[in-house]
Amino acid sequence: MATGDRRPVLEARGIVHAYSGKPALDGVDFCLRAGEVHALMGQNGAGKSTLIKVLTGVEPLQTGSIILDGAAIRPASTLDAQQSGISTVYQEVNLCPNLSVAENIFAGRQPRKPWARGGGIDWKQLNARALELLARLDVDIDVRRELGGYSVALQQMVAIARAIDISAKVLILDEPTSSLDSGEVAQLFQALRKLRDRGTAILFVTHFLDQVYEICERITVLRNGKLVGEYPASELDHAALVSAMVGRAVSNDFTPAARVAAESSQTPAVLSARGVQRQGGVSRVNLEIRPGEILGFAGLLGSGRTEVARLLCGLDSPDDGEIRLKGVAVTMHEPAAAIAQGVSFCPEERKTEGIVDQLSIRDNIVLSLQARLGLWRKLSPQHRREITDRLAKQLDVRAASLDMPIGELSGGNQQKCLIARALAIEPCLVVLDEPTRGIDVAGKQEIMSLLIKLAAEGMAVVFISAEVEELLRVSSRIVVMRDREQVGELPGGCSEDQVYALIAAPAASAPAGNAA
Amino acid sequence: MKSLFRHSLAWPAVTLILLLGLNAVMNPGFLALAWRDGHLYGSLVDILNRAAPLALVSAGMTLVIAARGLDISVGAVVAISAAVAAVIIGPTGNLGFAIAGALGVALLCGIWNGALVVGVGMQPIIATLILMVAGRGVAQLITGGQILTVYYAPYDFIGNGYLLGLPFAALLAGAVIVLLHVLLSVTPLGLFIRAIGINPVASRIAGVRAQPITLCLYAFGGLMAGLAGLIISSNVKSADANNAGQLLELDAILAVTLGGTALTGGKFSLAGTVLGALIIQTLTSTIYSLGVPPEVNLVFKAALIFLVMLLQSPDFRATFKRLPVRPPGAEKTS
Repeated sequence: MATGDRRPVLEARGIVHAYSGKPALDGVDFCLRAGEVHALMGQNGAGKSTLIKVLTGVEPLQTGSIILDGAAIRPASTLDAQQSGISTVYQEVNLCPNLSVAENIFAGRQPRKPWARGGGIDWKQLNARALELLARLDVDIDVRRELGGYSVALQQMVAIARAIDISAKVLILDEPTSSLDSGEVAQLFQALRKLRDRGTAILFVTHFLDQVYEICERITVLRNGKLVGEYPASELDHAALVSAMVGRAVSNDFTPAARVAAESSQTPAVLSARGVQRQGGVSRVNLEIRPGEILGFAGLLGSGRTEVARLLCGLDSPDDGEIRLKGVAVTMHEPAAAIAQGVSFCPEERKTEGIVDQLSIRDNIVLSLQARLGLWRKLSPQHRREITDRLAKQLDVRAASLDMPIGELSGGNQQKCLIARALAIEPCLVVLDEPTRGIDVAGKQEIMSLLIKLAAEGMAVVFISAEVEELLRVSSRIVVMRDREQVGELPGGCSEDQVYALIAAPAASAPAGNAA
Repeated sequence: MKSLFRHSLAWPAVTLILLLGLNAVMNPGFLALAWRDGHLYGSLVDILNRAAPLALVSAGMTLVIAARGLDISVGAVVAISAAVAAVIIGPTGNLGFAIAGALGVALLCGIWNGALVVGVGMQPIIATLILMVAGRGVAQLITGGQILTVYYAPYDFIGNGYLLGLPFAALLAGAVIVLLHVLLSVTPLGLFIRAIGINPVASRIAGVRAQPITLCLYAFGGLMAGLAGLIISSNVKSADANNAGQLLELDAILAVTLGGTALTGGKFSLAGTVLGALIIQTLTSTIYSLGVPPEVNLVFKAALIFLVMLLQSPDFRATFKRLPVRPPGAEKTS
């Protein structure tokens, strides 16, 4: 289409890159044009991150060439790349939360007062320019306030403002939306469209397919370090894109086995919560979870989804209310107590709350099981090997060896190991907080199939996800949270609109400080 | 050979051998062992014997550090333990009661530290600083501000006795450390400690009872300091509230570090710590046997420790290796 004849801004040709001998990119070509939003897609480990690292100077260029505006460049550092016109915004906002918004935007480049060389920051100009920059992104906030006080989405916007102020030629966004809710994503996209229309070339990396079609004109697909192809988004449909990424046809359909199993509401609940609440956490939660059921938790970020999970799994203790496990009232002040009862938890924050990064994959997988067995019943080496081999195979953990430190795995594989850890104790209830976040399409399908299989075998599953579509696909029932309260429950098989209607109450739609 | 050098204990072992070699060169009789009156005599036996209290304290410290803690009160606990033993044994002459009392009080000291860290949530260095400072005062109170001397033959045996021809203190330390090693290998305690040291939050969520385990590690550290206190006071036949175990905590931290345990927690080696304790004791003996004048004693020790630390640093060894042989065209490094 029209984008085909636009001027290429950034080109990469024949990029070959290897980490200590292991090839990560093998002859990849890539072309980014002015005024387009271009998606870079691929499974975990396909080479997206490596390509971005090479383009932005994090990794030195080994073989191949990078051409920016017709001239070959060799970015030696991120600073170097920035100065030549390539700015990057990463998934995790790397700004200083303790500085003001304006200070963050101009950190290291503060405007000085003309009469005070070497000192005297011109605060007036600093704040005015920050305000003006953010206005270009349709963001109107108090730029003098601490950055940490704003939502992640706004922090993301500030990071983008900083990036485009340094250079508006090429903007690379590495999974910018993974911690944003739908309203925030819409706001981000609006800003991106504005930038695009002013001629900025935007490279967009994400795992969310719908977002790709919403904003991108072109899609470049990588697989196993090789280029699969570059396609106009209009010519590559959803299924074709997934097939290109995984290299085979993937089925989107699920047999709603979980729903069938859950019909038998006569079976006693595995876990029931009555009026459970916690100061600063959630108020009055009432739940019943039966064997063979997948209970979905929907709600915006910060709606209390995670807080409920923490209460059910003993991470926090409730101030009030009663939790019954298989009919018996329990108090769980420690995760260990929940695990002893067969309730396991897979946390959302993989790095800080999940993995123990220098321990081996095997040790990480058996950690909960061994903790449950206690000090005096150590798993025998054969038993440990058997369990870890079986679970790693079941969850398709891809690693050179299960004895290598878990920290060396890609994010998606780490996530699978954490699910394996939760399953290793053979729980009666497993609570998974955003288990599909940061995992590629094929991996998501595998995890959801696994949940259905586990439920069919009689396990009770709590599945928390920001993606309503995912919830609808597997859940027998969906509990909707809003503003730290349980606002309703929908049966499985309801429509996405019904869920969104409950999620988005009028009061919750506008986060403070956002302008339309 | 190369893979042998990659073993984590290789460099502590090399350091110890070099130090022993240095001593053997300076003092030809250093390596000699003699059997007299049914006892084994020699400088090596002496080093083993004198290293016993440090090895015990360091073993406790290793586990505390591995679980992201630190205990700088061990020197003070040594003094408290020695004082309690001396106060009980003086008037009563009841050895069992004295040992139980000293170890019990030391255990309480450890639990106190653990409770401050785990229960109150204080930074380990601050929490144990309290007992480090206050402990000497407590020991003074117990001894009434006096240096108590203990002349009681059975008590004397702990620090000066021989069993099967070997010093009892060394055997005792060896036995405790072997028991600890067995405990760490037949139970998953080592896994739990490493997990807590690397990521305490994730460990707790995974169901590891991080708090009670950490409390027990501090308690064990206290107990080890108590045992060291018994050995030290028995060895010098007195309890000196001011000087018993003076700066022992720093030697213990040094021994733990020399042995390859990461101060940031997670990675630890009990065997490495034992080597570390032996290195420090050998260093001390070296200084005495070389006849270093007392006024430069500490400076000399510091210089030697600096050298030992350099030898232990992989980065330093790497630069050292690279210096002489730089092949042409090798300047383009990643």
